[in-house]
Amino acid sequence: MDATATTMEGVSKTPDVPVFYLEEEHAHAEGGSTMLGFWIYLMSDCLIFACLFATYGVLGGSYAAGPSPKDLFDLPLVAVNTAMLLLSSITYGFAVLAMDKGRVGQTQAWLAVTAVFGAAFIGLELHEFAHMIQEGATPQRSAFLSAFFTLVGTHGLHVTCGLIWLGTLMVQVARRGLIEANKRRLMCLSMFWHFLDVVWIGVFTFVYLMGVLR
Amino acid sequence: MSTEAHVSHTHSHADHGHGHDGGTHATFGGYMIGFGLSVVLTAIPFWLVMSGVLGSNEATALTVMAFAVVQIVVHMIFFLHMTPSSEGGWTMMALIFTLVMVLITLAGSLWVMYHLNTNMMPVHDMSRIP
Repeated sequence: MDATATTMEGVSKTPDVPVFYLEEEHAHAEGGSTMLGFWIYLMSDCLIFACLFATYGVLGGSYAAGPSPKDLFDLPLVAVNTAMLLLSSITYGFAVLAMDKGRVGQTQAWLAVTAVFGAAFIGLELHEFAHMIQEGATPQRSAFLSAFFTLVGTHGLHVTCGLIWLGTLMVQVARRGLIEANKRRLMCLSMFWHFLDVVWIGVFTFVYLMGVLR
Repeated sequence: MSTEAHVSHTHSHADHGHGHDGGTHATFGGYMIGFGLSVVLTAIPFWLVMSGVLGSNEATALTVMAFAVVQIVVHMIFFLHMTPSSEGGWTMMALIFTLVMVLITLAGSLWVMYHLNTNMMPVHDMSRIP
């Protein structure tokens, strides 16, 4: 055993034998690859939404003699909903700016405002869903409604998860302060939150606005 | 000699990593420009559809889609702080790959299913049955 080790050490030290691996692992900052990893997760999430958008695009015209987008969608309500999500995006931006300056109280306040706007978005969406289901436009009514509830519901589920994450991080920041790990987590949630706003652009354009035009 | 080079390499790498963690590339002005553009780029499509000023539905749909694409780019730049050089270009590579996949999924599904619908629907025309 000892002899083998010496031989191998001897081999790797020989200059004319090529070495095809890093002899020493160089230092990585802790969490240095987290942002890239989270971005790749977001891209995979993007593919989920692409599949749901494609499904809606194919089935969006199959009403099965049921209600059509024109009968169901209330554009002023959707506009208010869009405004809520956009406002929550900018307030999260302010939270990140406060975090950069190391102001804990200000960060927490902006996070709380973001949570309020996010909750308003979810509340309005649930109100819309409840209203539709009350009118008989349930997911099982037609292929259009199945695709609609799956796409918009998946987005709403993501926002709900984001709200839970936001609450968890507010507790973390309150207990530990703006330590390096918490900053990293807040930046990940920032990407997640803005990404959901990007998906919502697709939803209100493709589903609501073009649905009313169809 | 080689030890010194190695040490300086480690040092520069640590510095690099630190710069990534500390700098979020976020500025107040950047967020406000992004927000202002988003408000305009959201309000115009809603107004176009709700008022119907463009007349034809096709023209309105195309305009609304163009506004959505522009707004997605605005969000990417001002809110998600995408630059071609972030994380050594790997975020951009992942984004381009994903966009290609998204385009194939969307365009492929819509194209194939449209042709299936138009060409393979059962014909309910009794006169054509021999």
